[in-house]
Amino acid sequence: MPGNHLPGLVRACDTTGLPVCLDAQRFIRLHAVMAVVFLLIGGVAAILLGLTRWPAVHLLPADWYYRVLTLHGLNMLIFWILSLEIGILYFAGTTLLNSRLASTKLAWACFGLMGAGGALANVIVMIGKGDVLMTSYVPLMAHPLFYLAIILVAVGALIGVINYFATIYIARRDQTYEGSVPLVVFGATAAAIIAVFTLLHGAVVMVPTFLWSLGLVKTIDPGWYRLVWWGLGHASQQINVCAMVSVWYLLATLTTGAKPLNQAVCRAAFVFYILFINIASAHHLLVDPGVSATWKIWNTSYAMYLAVLASMIHGFTVPASVEVAMRRKGHDKGLFGWLAAAPWKNPGFSAFFLSLVIFGFGGGITGVTLGTQQINILAHNTLRIPGHFHMTVVGGTTLAFMGLCYYLVPLLFQREFHLRGLARVQPYLFAGGVTFMAMGMSFAGSYGVPRRHWDVDFTGATFPAGFDASAHLMLGVLGVGAVLSFLGLALFIGLTVAAVFTGRSNRGAPMAAW
Amino acid sequence: MTEPRKPHPIERLFDNPWLLLVLGVVVPTLSYTVWGWIELALMPEARLP
Repeated sequence: MPGNHLPGLVRACDTTGLPVCLDAQRFIRLHAVMAVVFLLIGGVAAILLGLTRWPAVHLLPADWYYRVLTLHGLNMLIFWILSLEIGILYFAGTTLLNSRLASTKLAWACFGLMGAGGALANVIVMIGKGDVLMTSYVPLMAHPLFYLAIILVAVGALIGVINYFATIYIARRDQTYEGSVPLVVFGATAAAIIAVFTLLHGAVVMVPTFLWSLGLVKTIDPGWYRLVWWGLGHASQQINVCAMVSVWYLLATLTTGAKPLNQAVCRAAFVFYILFINIASAHHLLVDPGVSATWKIWNTSYAMYLAVLASMIHGFTVPASVEVAMRRKGHDKGLFGWLAAAPWKNPGFSAFFLSLVIFGFGGGITGVTLGTQQINILAHNTLRIPGHFHMTVVGGTTLAFMGLCYYLVPLLFQREFHLRGLARVQPYLFAGGVTFMAMGMSFAGSYGVPRRHWDVDFTGATFPAGFDASAHLMLGVLGVGAVLSFLGLALFIGLTVAAVFTGRSNRGAPMAAW
Repeated sequence: MTEPRKPHPIERLFDNPWLLLVLGVVVPTLSYTVWGWIELALMPEARLP
């Protein structure tokens, strides 16, 4: 099928043969660089926090602990991941649909607003004017520029999503593809739809809060704020889930030649995400008094389990597609011969498969149990909750996105990685560290250790308080895991930056095989 | 000459990103946000002891 590219603004990929819109390529590169900068800021904050929650080290003073925690949450949960996701949308909408990017002006607006908003938020937090944590629960009040910065990022991301929808519209109008869109594009569309819900809630909650911080609105009801804010805060992580699953399908194809087992089943699972995954925001309100048990149980159990079913479907179909591909290549010895023969030295594959295992077993199981009202009563605001979401967002999404970068840099930056042996080790180091850290968090939380707490020993308290040696052991595990995962993160950033700026050019030739 | 295959209604839904967009915003907004707002609005005011 002919594309709708403008003359001189498309090239054929030297490795895959797919068309690459040069406008889209420019913005994918810009968003990838911006994402890695935010990842670096969030990563430095992460190791400072890990070394503070490790009681034997207890690095930061109290005020800096909460400041750095705010910085960490914003950069890791919002800025890094949303920035890369916009790049993924541009890639899916153009290369996979053989289309041009709908609007470079919108793409510039998206990049400018997200970059300016992210930078502004980081400055405001670092000068001590936004010590309200990522959730910024009212009546805690930050500087108005803090809220403005979040609004800028949200509006920028929404413009990027609109540009994606405009791109798939012109691709369909110009008939640049036949039949249904590829599965990866379908997953990206699901992520974009979830993003619309998320960003609309962001606008509904952040604009009045911004006006409140300016003194133009008298009061914000805390119950109302929490309800709407979590429509932004948790739903933004559901964009990650959808984008991550799309990346799993993409990396399964790139690394093993796998093809989706059943298009209808895989697409139905994405539709379950579209319809039901965002109501999982109710998990955060399971101990709130303002909403009824009926509302809580419907939104976190009955309807939500359809989204859980979707994750279980993807959790089986993705590895099954790899199994079929490996068996077709002749690796059919025994039950797991295909798995043993998988390309484990390819960091794109190892990152994707470890991401799948950590997300599915660690993040998925903890998420479903913690989302049950009875268990949540025990676990709410303990370290079990960060233990869960570090396995979904860090061990799952961030690790999958790292695996994607091992293909993004050679294919779209057209540069090869240095020190490929270290690149092969990096996903294992990061995955091992995150798993260790998250298990430390989860078990310490099971002993009752609270989250978002600077000193769980209550040093200097009149009455003896704190936790016993078992909890301290688990906080030590958390600290060791934080060090290991930070080393993995630093290695990833170092390798990626070195490749982008000094890597050998592969223009005119296929990328070097992993 | 064979007639072109008529897509199944679910396939037509899956191929319609605009309808999915509407459903993806409306369903969770009603189930989570609007229902939640109604419950908060109907909550009786607390009385001081």
